Amino acid sequence: MQANNRFRLFSISSVWLWLGLFALLPNLALFLVSFLDRGETDFFIPVFTLDNYSRLLDPAFIRIFWDSMYLASISTLVCLLLGYPFAYLLARSSKRMRPWLMLLVVVPFWTNSLIRTYALIIILKTQGLINKLFIWLGLADGPFSLMYSDFAVFMGLTYTLLPFMILPLYASIEKLDVRLLDAAKDLGAGTLRSFWHVTLPLTLPGIVAGSILVFLPALGTFYVPEILGGATNMLLGTFIKNQFLVARDWPLGAAASTILTLLLVLLALIYRMSSRKAAETPLTEKGKKKGAADA
Amino acid sequence: MRKKLPYAYMWLVYAFLYIPILVVIIFSFNNARFSTDWNGFTLKWYDLLLKNQPLMDAAVNSLLVAVCAASLATFMGGLAALCIHRYKFTGKKILQGSIYMLTISPDIVMGIALLIFFISIKVELGFITLLIAHVTLAMPFVTLTVLARLSEFNENLIEAARDLGASEVKSFVHVLLPLTAPAVAAGWLLSFTLSLDDVLISFFVTGPSFEVLPLKIYSMVRHGVKPDINALSAIMFGLTLFLVLLAQFLARPKKKFLKED
Repeated sequence: MQANNRFRLFSISSVWLWLGLFALLPNLALFLVSFLDRGETDFFIPVFTLDNYSRLLDPAFIRIFWDSMYLASISTLVCLLLGYPFAYLLARSSKRMRPWLMLLVVVPFWTNSLIRTYALIIILKTQGLINKLFIWLGLADGPFSLMYSDFAVFMGLTYTLLPFMILPLYASIEKLDVRLLDAAKDLGAGTLRSFWHVTLPLTLPGIVAGSILVFLPALGTFYVPEILGGATNMLLGTFIKNQFLVARDWPLGAAASTILTLLLVLLALIYRMSSRKAAETPLTEKGKKKGAADA
Repeated sequence: MRKKLPYAYMWLVYAFLYIPILVVIIFSFNNARFSTDWNGFTLKWYDLLLKNQPLMDAAVNSLLVAVCAASLATFMGGLAALCIHRYKFTGKKILQGSIYMLTISPDIVMGIALLIFFISIKVELGFITLLIAHVTLAMPFVTLTVLARLSEFNENLIEAARDLGASEVKSFVHVLLPLTAPAVAAGWLLSFTLSLDDVLISFFVTGPSFEVLPLKIYSMVRHGVKPDINALSAIMFGLTLFLVLLAQFLARPKKKFLKED
């Protein structure tokens, strides 16, 4: 018993120690620095100020913030619209084919995003694949470039993050009990109606999870906009990076990233609510088990 | 027709996911420096890559960090999964919550948080700081992978081992570990790739004394398309493909010893 307790103590304390030291403490430090002043020689000095947050109200930053929110939202929406039918078909594909179809989604999920972003340059640039295709189809009569634009950044975010949308969607759609859809059909619901009242509410956690996994990285990345968008449009990730490496204004960068963390907390709460809601409907495993017990 | 159409949609999405990367791979064998036209087969870009000493050094550094980080992350992450699955303790909910939050926390936030932390305690940025950062990045993903495996595992086996007189540690080593080994291995491979692919965190927590491959690639990519980057991308893609296949092979479910329905 003594040895067991020692093992228990060892595992729990080492996990806590690592996370406390290298995850919680650094995040706490980041939060604290957002309230500190920047020093002449030091990156930050222990003087309390709210100045960093008021500096974020500057129109230039608000512009960056909204541009980023806009691009990240559009990318998330397009990933969802592209990914939902795809994940649905994947979950309904034959048992024999599914592992292979699944593998084809997992490979890009694991592939270096930097390399995938780079691969898009070849498609989007002047004389690139899209350009050549358009000329071949007679839709364009000369070289054009899709690079260094909002469109290119949007393409980059959608392309690199689509697998992060598909996998959680697939997980939630696969769990969906087909009998519920049959029941809805028997009760006279049309395809659209049963989708709206059965499929959608039950797969909502997957939708929220996928959206979080696309939206937050889209806001926080700096290499996708820097490679595909060039210097024309600065986004939140680049802004934060620049405060740390170029402007050397750590407190301002910390304040900007605190906004990102607040968004994370908000989205995590939305996820909790959505999965609770899905679990509470009488259509789930829990509800069914209760029904079976009652009978 | 009704059956064909959905599949056509799936293949379109696959085409979207794969065409850019396939084009890069094809052009890595193209005997032309600037042209996007096919100009004959060559391996010279791969040769050029191997002769690029700073790049090779960075690649070795990256592999070193990835192996160390993956091993440590697998140990810590597996331990965390075990604690969550097996024990009741104060703050368990908080621990679970932190692990979930870490998996969705934006990388850039983790990068700058660790940068502030390391600078505050006056540690020089380099191998150690990068290692710590990558372990912290990968560990929650290992925990989730192993937890998923533990949840489908027949609890009675551990109890049986305990009844037969095995200590807690012994029952873990002889019963739990062999059964969760596939998930542990998959977790290691995932951690390895996470470490090898990471740009956003490495950018902040490594110093000039310890250069890594993704950052090298990043500075190369910013100057546009070059055939040797195509070759490097092709190699990285090949490595990823190999690792994914290995992970899938290891993680395929075995019916034996699992929970009965």
